[in-house]
Order: sequence, then structure tokens, then C-alpha cells
Amino acid sequence: MIRYIMKRLATALPLLLLVSFVTFMLNELSPADPVRSVLHEQGVPVITEELLASTRAELGLDRPFLVRYLDWLLSCLRLDFGASYVSGKPVWSLLAPAFANTFKLTISSGAAIIALSILLGVLCARREGSWTDRLVRGITFLLASMPSYWLAALLVWYFAVHLDWLPTSGLDGYSSYVLPVLVITVAYAGIYFRMVRSSVLSNMNEDYVLYGRASGLPERKIAAHIVRNSLQVAISVFGMAIPILLGSTVVVENLFAWPGLGSLSIKAILSRDFPVIQAYVLVLAAAFVLFNALADIINAALNPKLRKEL
Amino acid sequence: MRGWERIFKDKLVVLSLAIVASVLVAGVCAPWLAPHDPEEVHMELRYAGASWAYWLGNDHLGRCIMSRLIYGIRPSILWVLAALGASVAWGAVIGLLAGYFRGRIDSLLMRVCDVVLSFPGYVMTLALVGILGVGLENILLAFILTKWAWFARAIRTAVMSYAEADYVKYARTLGIGHVQIIWRHLVPVTMPAIAVIASSAFGSMVLQMSGFSFLGLGVQAPQPEWGMMLSEAREVMFSRPEMMLAPGIAIMVVVSAINFLSDALQTALDPKLAASRRQAPGQPTARDAEVRGKEVA
Repeated sequence: MIRYIMKRLATALPLLLLVSFVTFMLNELSPADPVRSVLHEQGVPVITEELLASTRAELGLDRPFLVRYLDWLLSCLRLDFGASYVSGKPVWSLLAPAFANTFKLTISSGAAIIALSILLGVLCARREGSWTDRLVRGITFLLASMPSYWLAALLVWYFAVHLDWLPTSGLDGYSSYVLPVLVITVAYAGIYFRMVRSSVLSNMNEDYVLYGRASGLPERKIAAHIVRNSLQVAISVFGMAIPILLGSTVVVENLFAWPGLGSLSIKAILSRDFPVIQAYVLVLAAAFVLFNALADIINAALNPKLRKEL
Repeated sequence: MRGWERIFKDKLVVLSLAIVASVLVAGVCAPWLAPHDPEEVHMELRYAGASWAYWLGNDHLGRCIMSRLIYGIRPSILWVLAALGASVAWGAVIGLLAGYFRGRIDSLLMRVCDVVLSFPGYVMTLALVGILGVGLENILLAFILTKWAWFARAIRTAVMSYAEADYVKYARTLGIGHVQIIWRHLVPVTMPAIAVIASSAFGSMVLQMSGFSFLGLGVQAPQPEWGMMLSEAREVMFSRPEMMLAPGIAIMVVVSAINFLSDALQTALDPKLAASRRQAPGQPTARDAEVRGKEVA
């Protein structure tokens, strides 16, 4: 097992390096001159050639590409992502709290998605073809086809304005979590619930169930076996869901003014604050690679068959 | 084919097909179908309700909501479809090459895919839009640049199961060229898998496109787009909540029709996936790729 973990992490390393390189390249592809944007954002009225040249040297942008990349990479490893073009603050001081907030939202939504999917999945699989099954499948299908920001707007209108039960936006206290988590859960539970359902169904057709029945095990015990075995598949699916969620809370965060990475990134994009965009991409991609590795490791821990693959 | 018969027997599938087809046609024929110019402002008709001249009423600038909805099909659906086509085509080329030649070409191409796939879809799109600037074409470009890797992976898996088939080996022994073999023997058999993979991504791409426009990163005013219409409606959500209805319902109906069709297509064309309930649990399948690729707006 330890060997597997080491191997899996070893494959993640070159990937992380490549990811950092692509992230750095992104900035190079930008048609806008970063020096110009810095001066522009600082409100310099007249931009002269000398000023451009001196600022370029000041920002270290006149050095060769690879030198800048290595320099950038080393400072990134020390969590120094430079300063925001707009506010002048260090990027990390903006990014760290935002990442923490997004992470909290992701974990709470992930937990809600897991709980709801397992509950509905097991329920529907046990009563395959019944009205409950069809109804739940129909509703989750429609909800998954709904733009989440639309659903969010409707929920805000009803719960926050009409009933005045919950805050409309921001993050103060636990009640702020309710609506964003609900919206994310509804958007994703439809997908994951189907996975759990089909995994339970496939287990119900396995030989061990037949054997259990033949040897006269009570149905309740058989059900417990089925659920335990299907959860294994469910866990592997959920392991992949967390990193996906982490990167896709953008729309919901903006709607609820959640002070997380999504809001930060959109603000940075609209004001073309490149250091912030770059750091955002790098941090999320690195988190994505690491969480995927973690998911694989958890899977391998649960299923020895998978350990041989690497 | 029995699969096709089954598809057309299902009334819901026929309905979904009708919805998707008529939306596509309406988008293409927008200038002839729309009752008004979608950008024509009538300040005296602000927030007017439904009338004979304006079936769905007017928006905050008195523009015809019906016409905006019809013209909005173009960026919201047609352009997304075009981007999907482009990325599937590119992904198919890479997937076919990797799955057919295997060896070093395969591992090189798959490493590239790994790198592209290490950026969560949203993040890469946001990054590209951040660098190239906001606008429909940049989002479409970002879609193509980010989605192909996922298609390539899935198509490679589909190709691999055929690339070692006896008839392919036979064709190779006869000295038939690689291009010929891929085109004549591999493309046709992987078509169903490609169709299933592409259609399953379509719905979520439509949702994402409208989401990006909603955030103000896509189509710019005054051009009509469904997500943009929703973001305009959101400004007056508390006084005129009914403005949220038309574009929201339009998106929901079209996306559910697309998803429904995709499910039906999967059951009909790819019995292996449908039968994956029989597969040993815990074994990685095409489903894994499917899950990793799922992102909702």
C-alpha cells in the first residue's frame, strides 16, 4: 500500500510541474502588455516609453523566459505569487482566505451530496421501477437540467425575500451556508444519485446475493451486504467529485456573494488582474491534481485490485 | 437495428427529439421566425405583459422577449454545438491515433491529455477568458481547448477494444495503409461511442455557456443570449420576478431534452455501457471518465 501511495504521488509530481508551466505560459499568451496594465491600473495618466521600460525592469519582465519561469516557480513554492495589479496587496493574502471559504463550501456541499445521493440511491434501487423510484429519478433529472443560478435566484426570492428566513448573500454564520449548499447539492446530487443507484442495482444481481438467499440469510442482512459493497463504488465516485466541485462553485459563489475563489477570480478577470488569475489557476489545478491522487489512494486502500494498476 | 426501433417507440424520446430539432431549426431561421428585431428598444413598453404583438411581453428596455429568446438560440445552443463538434472532432483524431498506434505516440498524447485534464474545466475556461478577454468567441475557444482531452481519452478507450480485433489485424497483414484502416474500419465502429460521449457533454456545455454569460463573461449586451437575459432579469428579481421565467424555462426544457436524448442514445447504441451494471464493482470503466467530465453550471 505504501508503495502504491509513493508511486501515485510520484506520478503527480511531473504533472504538477507541467501544470505550473502551462499556467505560466498562459500569461505569456496574453495579448495585453502586463506593464501597461499595471501602469493603467495604478492610474498613471501618460505612459511614456521610458516609464514602460523602467517598470518592466522593476517587475523583472525583461529577463529571458525560462529564468522568469524558474524564478516564478520558486517564489510560488514559497507562496509568494506577487502583488495584485489592482490593489497592490500580495496575491496570497487575497487567495488564502478565499480558498478557505471555497473549501468550506465544497466540503459542506460534498457531504450533503454524498448523504443525499446514498439515501436516494439506495432507496430507489431497492424499489426499482416503483413510483418512488420513477418520481425521484424524474425530479432529479429535471433539477440537474436546471441552470443552478436560476434555481438559486428562485430560492433566494422565496426563502430570503418572501419568507425572510435566510440571508441572501455573504458569509456570516451557519445560515449563510443553507442556500449555496442547497443549490450545489441539487445540481450534483442528480448525477451521483444515479451512480449509487446503478451500483446498488448491479450488486443486487451478483452471485453472493443469490448465494446468501439460497443459504437462507434474512433479507435485512443481505441488504446490508449489498449496501456495503455498493458504497465502495460510491466512495470512488465521490472522491472524484470533491476536486470537481472545488473548481465549479464559481457561479454559485458569485450569486451569493460568497467570499471565495469564484468571486475573487471573476473580479480578477473583469479587471484583468493577471497575477491573481495566474495564482488562482495554479492553486486550483494543484489542488485538483492532489485531490485526484488522494481519491485514487483511497480507492486503492479500499480495493486491492486497483493497487496493481500503477 | 433493434436499438433504433426501441428509441422511436418511447414517446418521451420522440418529444425530446422534436424539441431539440425545432430549437435548432428556430435558431437557424431566427430572422424569419422572430416577430421583432431583438435589439429594438421601446421605452414605452417596459415590462409590458404578454400581448398579441409581443407574445412573451417586453423586457426592461421594452424589447421583445420572444424575439430575444429565438435569437438567443444562436449563441446559447448553436454556437455551443459548433464548439462541441470541433472539440469532439479534435478529440476523435487524437483518440483514434492514440488508440490505434499505441506505444510511444499513445503515451505522449495521453500525457498531454493528463495535463489538460488537470485543470478543472471551469478554471481553464476562466483562465483563458481572463487572458483573452470576455466574449462569446473566447468562451467557445476555451471550450474547444479544454474539452477535447476528455473526448480523446474516452474515444481512445473505445478504439482500443477494436484496434486489436482480428479484422483489423487481417487488414494490416494485407498491407492496407494505416489511414485507410482507421477510416474504413475504426471510425465506423467507434461512431456510436463518439455520439454517446458527445451528446452527454452537450447538455452541461449549454448550462456552462449560459452560466458564463450570466456572469458577464460571454455574449455582451445588447446581443441576446439566454444566460444574459437571466442576468438582466436578476437585476429586477424582487420587483419583477416573472422576468426570470422565460429564459430559465427555455434553458431547462432544452437541456432536459438534450440529456434525455443522450440517455436514450446511450441505451440504444452502447449496450455495453448500459450493461455495465453487470460489471465487477470497483473496476474503472468509461463511467469514470464520464464522472470526471461532469460539471454543472
